[in-house]
Amino acid sequence: MTRTSRSTSKNDQKSQEATNPHSPVVEFGADKPLHLDSGVSLSPFRIAYQAYGELNADKSNAILICHALTGDQHVANLHPVTGKPGWWETLVGPGKPVDTDRYFVICSNVLGGCLGSTGPASINPETGKAYALDLPVITIADMVRAQAMLVSHFGIEQLFAVIGGSMGGMQVLEWASSHSDKVFAAVAIATGARHSSQNIAFHEVGRQAVMADPEWKEGRYLEHGTVPRKGLSVARMAAHITYLSETALHRKFGRNLQDRQNVTFGFDADFQIESYLRYQGMSFVERFDPNSYLYMTRAMDYFDLAAEHEGRLADAFAGSKTRFCIVSFTSDWLFPTSESRTVAHALNAAGASVSFVEIESDRGHDAFLLDEPEMFSAINGFIRSAARAKGLLPS
Amino acid sequence: MSVNVHPRVDFDVIASLVEPGSRVLDVGCGDGELLELLQTTKGVDGRGVELSQKGVNDSVARGLSVIQGDADSDLKYYPDAGFDYVILSQTLQATRNPKNVLTELLRIGEKAIVSFPNFGHWRVRASLAINGRMPVTKDLPYSWYDTPNIHFCTINDFVDMTKEVGAHVESAVALNAFGGRLGFNMPWGFWNLFGQQAVFLLKR
Repeated sequence: MTRTSRSTSKNDQKSQEATNPHSPVVEFGADKPLHLDSGVSLSPFRIAYQAYGELNADKSNAILICHALTGDQHVANLHPVTGKPGWWETLVGPGKPVDTDRYFVICSNVLGGCLGSTGPASINPETGKAYALDLPVITIADMVRAQAMLVSHFGIEQLFAVIGGSMGGMQVLEWASSHSDKVFAAVAIATGARHSSQNIAFHEVGRQAVMADPEWKEGRYLEHGTVPRKGLSVARMAAHITYLSETALHRKFGRNLQDRQNVTFGFDADFQIESYLRYQGMSFVERFDPNSYLYMTRAMDYFDLAAEHEGRLADAFAGSKTRFCIVSFTSDWLFPTSESRTVAHALNAAGASVSFVEIESDRGHDAFLLDEPEMFSAINGFIRSAARAKGLLPS
Repeated sequence: MSVNVHPRVDFDVIASLVEPGSRVLDVGCGDGELLELLQTTKGVDGRGVELSQKGVNDSVARGLSVIQGDADSDLKYYPDAGFDYVILSQTLQATRNPKNVLTELLRIGEKAIVSFPNFGHWRVRASLAINGRMPVTKDLPYSWYDTPNIHFCTINDFVDMTKEVGAHVESAVALNAFGGRLGFNMPWGFWNLFGQQAVFLLKR
């Protein structure tokens, strides 16, 4: 098969990042198996990460950033495949609220991801081929267990802060619940303690789109040299709508037509919004592994922190000494404020220290990735106050 | 949720009632000014609840642990006796169900500190008696139709309510229009006439 087109070479780059990434990698061998929620042990496995700033002498200034569903470890550097800036450079960097001049910032590719950590595109040592669907199903708690092993690898006993939005926020809550003594401060943004039925429904649409693509080949597309482009692209298009708000969509696109004066009475992308979604879908395919998308969405679907504690969310945080900051956005309908408020109330009931801000924004779920000055000032105030309490800043 | 104007003369009185290093919940904490004062001067472990989003965001930006919430509906999420003090400063009169709120304060805190504007003050009485209109003063600047203060009471009314909920008045301070403390040994009726605000320290 000849591989000449631009997208195919991007695809090579994508596969390259999955198996042999630009990022540093920590390999956990047979002596350090990962016990997964599914009951299976995973070994060996690898975690790829990016780190910024300097770890101080007593290893007390580390901040872990947890990425979202389709994010990765490239939080504050150019992306090796897309060449775009880091996905959270608004928040993380020198002089930013998560100040890399002051803190040692780690962001790892989650377990099951496709940017160098063990995931479905990684080679299964038993077969010499990609895992595909032979990789056990990964949960949010599994991702956090792997991150905890990475953090221990650095010799860090307690993270100063764990910060993340959306699926990253789920990891933050899981960290604070199951490793509470290792988390001094937790910032959970645009997230919830469980995935709602509606959210599971959207994910199922996405997965079915991927699996309905004949190029998916029962998940063995890497061996067949195919890519389920259409399926993953449609999945991304549907999901992307859930990340925006109706107001934001209408403001950006309205009913504007794409490079034409009139509708064509056909099924081309007449409207700008159609063209935009198609572009979002296709560019996603160039950087993301379709099977990894199945695993990531499943991990979010399975997340239900209260269920792990007999339905009492407050018990998930019982006795917690962690300081929490919960942030939601008024127009986020994927993780509406009510989900964050539930978490805040549970933390109250557990007697935990909690700040909860709802940010006025009409940009929907994706607002957490955008320039939202009020969010920055809240997070900045929270982090500085926590840093004073931990002795990282003069009080 | 706090509705009074600056300077808040009740803050110093409240701060004087709080033991250093205690756990404090400020219900209706506004922009966090009192909580910050208590953290700096008394080293308290302070938390806040505030109805207005702006107040919450300003508080969190100050580094305070504050959540958005409503005194009428959200106090039920707090565990029994989770705090040494629960403070309700200049907020009681803006709640829908003051008696229920007071009961909740005493469930959550070992002690409750409540400050409120006294509707029995002679200026308020005079305003109504002479003008025949709902009083609008420097400290109560709202018209009847736009006021958030839906449940005004007098010092005497408040004392009655503490009895109804079974609260013990540990101490009380009445402040005149200049923020000065009224004589300690005066009867409630005197305070009720000349106290512009009152601060009560209550115990279950």
